[in-house]
Amino acid sequence: MGLAKRIIPCLDVDAGRVVKGVKFLDIRDAGDPVSVARGYNEAGADEITFLDITASSDNRETMYNVVEQVASEVFIPLTVGGGIRAVSDVRTLLNAGADKVSINTAAVHNPELVREASDKVGSQCIVVAIDSKCVSEPGETPRWEIFTHGGRKPTGIDTVEWAIKMAELGAGELLLTSMDRDGTKIGFDLGVTKAVSDAVEIPVIASGGVGELQHLVDGVVKGGADAVLAASIFHFGEFAIGEAKAFMQAQGIEVRI
Amino acid sequence: MQRIVVIDYGMGNLRSVSKAIESVADGDEVVVTSDADIIASADRIVCPGQGAAADCMAALGDAGVVESIQQLMGSRPFMGICMGLQVLLTHSEENEGIDCLNLLPGQVRRFDNPLFDKTKFDETKPDEHAQRLKVPHMGWSKVDQARSHPLWSGIDDGARFYFAHSYYCAPDSDEAVVGRCNYGKEFAVAVAQTKLFACQFHPEKSARDGLQLLRNFISWDGSV
Repeated sequence: MGLAKRIIPCLDVDAGRVVKGVKFLDIRDAGDPVSVARGYNEAGADEITFLDITASSDNRETMYNVVEQVASEVFIPLTVGGGIRAVSDVRTLLNAGADKVSINTAAVHNPELVREASDKVGSQCIVVAIDSKCVSEPGETPRWEIFTHGGRKPTGIDTVEWAIKMAELGAGELLLTSMDRDGTKIGFDLGVTKAVSDAVEIPVIASGGVGELQHLVDGVVKGGADAVLAASIFHFGEFAIGEAKAFMQAQGIEVRI
Repeated sequence: MQRIVVIDYGMGNLRSVSKAIESVADGDEVVVTSDADIIASADRIVCPGQGAAADCMAALGDAGVVESIQQLMGSRPFMGICMGLQVLLTHSEENEGIDCLNLLPGQVRRFDNPLFDKTKFDETKPDEHAQRLKVPHMGWSKVDQARSHPLWSGIDDGARFYFAHSYYCAPDSDEAVVGRCNYGKEFAVAVAQTKLFACQFHPEKSARDGLQLLRNFISWDGSV
């Protein structure tokens, strides 16, 4: 068919430095964003995602500078998320060199932002990040809900219904993170990945829980994901991007080598 | 030293395009502008663009660059990227239908909804759906070099380029088609005429092969 499944390393950026929290709490330094992005480009990453986790809005400018620097020397798609509240934030990031902007909490508080932003800049630039947790008991029919505030605050919104709504409002892609898997290294929540991927026409990026290469394969084959996102397994050198692609290819998945 | 102008009509990520060209244009001047005089002074013109067709057409008009494109087309090497390709055709289905520049006769159509991977469709088991494909077509797809062209120099036939689009070009004639892709159906992703090369994919986001295409463009004499 020709379209490769994408491998996307995700860099959490705090005040201009790449970090990765385990369950968003324990944070280890994994380097300078520009050199990390350059390294991933050379290693064959299909795309790079930056999540700005800087708490203070005073540091917005720092992130714009990071995006400008990366976009000036790394010529693969760049998605930037974190702290997007208005269409003007979207525009500023796109003008700095981002290709796609990921909207998370702001979409929950103001879903119309997704429509406004996609009307202005096109759906292909708008990613909606969905932080989801399983809320059903073992043995029940699985149900998932949207959480905000790094997975601490429930919203009561059903994940699959939300995904459908975001697609209708103009999202071009969904970044689906299982908050109860994030940092656990036990694999994606394949149930929610499959449920969301089947429910929408737009591409779905699976995120949260990758610990081994088989998890990437499962995300695509069992979860139906169009792309897989991971951080720590790549950041800390456990696996190289090329190794991950070779592993996926050996299991019949089309990748860009 | 030559002057390469990237047309700025307020649609899209021009920084990536200009930076990618700068990275391969050793010592050349790369200017991002909507100024008709500067565009007219260019040795080469690049017209990028993303977003909706109606917005792009309106923005081209508002920026006053439609005439520049019409007048200069054919006089010096011109590259259209993504919407910079689609606006060259006659008409787009996007936004309930919008007339485009008609510099390349043909239609811009939306992918089917739902879209299926027909290469995996088994006629004997029609109930078992062929794999459903997502729209937008987003990611790295193989580009078949339908015809040899100076801009393919140093790029393998079947190399992958980065795409992000929900509408595709259907030129009236195959004559200009130099690149094709298969995503639910086969469609044109690169067209070329004398002094014109336009592509649906994003060379500025397609890593090494994308940069090679841009490098080829800035040394291209415009012949096909």
